[in-house]
Amino acid sequence: MPKPLPDALLMALLTGLLTLPIIGVQIRVEGINVLLEGDAGPVLLAMAAVFLARLFQVPLQAASGLIRLGQVLPTAERMASYRPALLTLLVMVAVVWPFTASRGAVDIATLALIYVMLGLGLNIVVGYAGLLDLGYVAFYAVGAYGYALLSLHFGLSFWECLPLCVLLAAATGCLLGFPVLRLRGDYLAIVTLGFGEIIRLLLNNLDELTGGPDGIGNIPKPTLFGLEFARRPSTEGGVTFHQFFGLEYSGGDTVIFLYLVALVMTLFILYVINRLIHMPVGRAWEALREDEIACRSLGLNPTVIKLSAFSLGASTAGFAGAFFAARQGFINPESFTFIESAIVLSIVVLGGMGSQIGVILAAVALTALPEAARQFAEYRMLIFGLVLMLMMIWRPQGLLPATRPRLELPQ
Amino acid sequence: MSALLEVVDLSMRFGGLLAVDGVEFSVQREQVYAVIGPNGAGKTTVFNCVSGFYRPTRGQVRLDGEPTHRLSSYQIARRGLVRTFQNVRLFKQMTAVENLLVAQHTQLQTGLLKGLLQTPRYRHAERHAIEKAAFWLERVGLLEQANREAGNLAYGQQRRLEIARCMITDPRLLLLDEPAAGLNPHETQELDRLINQLRQHHGVSVLLIEHDMSLVMSISDQILVMENGSPIAVGPPAEIQANPRVIKAYLGEA
Repeated sequence: MPKPLPDALLMALLTGLLTLPIIGVQIRVEGINVLLEGDAGPVLLAMAAVFLARLFQVPLQAASGLIRLGQVLPTAERMASYRPALLTLLVMVAVVWPFTASRGAVDIATLALIYVMLGLGLNIVVGYAGLLDLGYVAFYAVGAYGYALLSLHFGLSFWECLPLCVLLAAATGCLLGFPVLRLRGDYLAIVTLGFGEIIRLLLNNLDELTGGPDGIGNIPKPTLFGLEFARRPSTEGGVTFHQFFGLEYSGGDTVIFLYLVALVMTLFILYVINRLIHMPVGRAWEALREDEIACRSLGLNPTVIKLSAFSLGASTAGFAGAFFAARQGFINPESFTFIESAIVLSIVVLGGMGSQIGVILAAVALTALPEAARQFAEYRMLIFGLVLMLMMIWRPQGLLPATRPRLELPQ
Repeated sequence: MSALLEVVDLSMRFGGLLAVDGVEFSVQREQVYAVIGPNGAGKTTVFNCVSGFYRPTRGQVRLDGEPTHRLSSYQIARRGLVRTFQNVRLFKQMTAVENLLVAQHTQLQTGLLKGLLQTPRYRHAERHAIEKAAFWLERVGLLEQANREAGNLAYGQQRRLEIARCMITDPRLLLLDEPAAGLNPHETQELDRLINQLRQHHGVSVLLIEHDMSLVMSISDQILVMENGSPIAVGPPAEIQANPRVIKAYLGEA
């Protein structure tokens, strides 16, 4: 360990040298001239920060050792015991809450639920089957455009389109997965990344089909057993929700209804995934993640098992995508950029791979917090990156690490 | 009736290295057949060719008269030829009983929808699978360890679990790659007994690679000796023990 004071001075000097050309020069526009001005302020600030951090490095490190996230957050074993109670409570709160909250908050919560669905779907692929998919947003786009186009050209309703979109996304998943799934790890990640971009570019350039960058508008919202949520019925002789129940029209009803639809859809996905991971196919995913060669030696076809995980994940994204299109009423390729895939992947990693409650919490945190802290919007990505880094240092297994769905032999 | 497993003129070339050259043997039903030879003789390569992990450069492999050398490993496993590995390959984070359930995957054709709705037939199949797992755990003496993570079991127990995991698929031919490696003498004796039981009560044939000569000589019906990729001798244990070429391969020139 070098002496703190000379070391700190040296580091501060180095910082000064390095940052001078980057933050020591301000660009000022005066009329048509661009002027460069030296500005020592930021450089001095950076030097001071490095100097102090370096000087007090030892006590700082000791202090950070005291922060043990493991003691604050529950361990995997403790989580399992109060899981059912926690889930019931969460669902009850989630159902009652929108009637007491503001319209804006409910709207954000609906968005958060979409991310919960996406996170749960990607969790199958990344968390259980261990396949890194960086183009997950492609299937989300397939679902969204699937609903938009089906309703535009064939006049199908949201509920008719939902299963079709799921099938469409699953088929796309199979189509992509079949040639690609023989790749592993990094190679798979890169190919899926490329696929995500291809879908977005297709949407952007197939003008006649998808409307290109202009997107598709006037996508109908879901109905409640045929009752529309609108001021006036869109078709001759139609009945809207408030007319049927003799209520005053309120735009808030639509928001609450959409939220509840999203909630029901999320619970449905949760149920399905929970069943799947306790079924032979779920065990096969896990076994394949652990040892592919052993699986093959026992007669398990790795391609089929990977494909099942991949297309089930894709169909979940299609499911969420159809709802997204219905909620927005308007979609264009801008909603399906790579950053969406990255956010969903961060949700899975932050929450804890393979942990459903963790994924739900992370999805809510990553969508609701930026909305709640609008004044820090500029720093959103900075904070996001910082949180991910700190998580990897202190709690690499995620917020709420997964408990394996263990099957016990009754003794 | 033809032999259970026939290997004809099997060769495997990796670039410039001819790892296996013209190996021929056949395993009869309910026979224990051993492949021995010094390290690097190509024994495991033969195993990998027979079980479909490698595609042989030349030659044929027939299981019950059906050619299998063009099939992939999982297809061969489904035809009743399963194997263990030199370095145990269990699903380490899963419990012992779960390891045995994964192995029954191909028999548990329950269908997604039936499982999602938990139909009576699905529940019945699942219960049956667990009972079968319990049966095999008992057979290899691991019933007490059923709910422990496979990775936390003692090494000898892991070896036995791997054999149970193969047997639960109801194989016709079991390939064991150095099953006694790392076992103490007592455990090796248990293994000897287990292999005999499997043959007598479950009608399975065994093809094994092994360095423990006392085990090989006591349980094998036939032995194939390999050196530098080529077969140098075939015969029953007594004959092999007396064969001067085998002694030379193992001990070197006198």
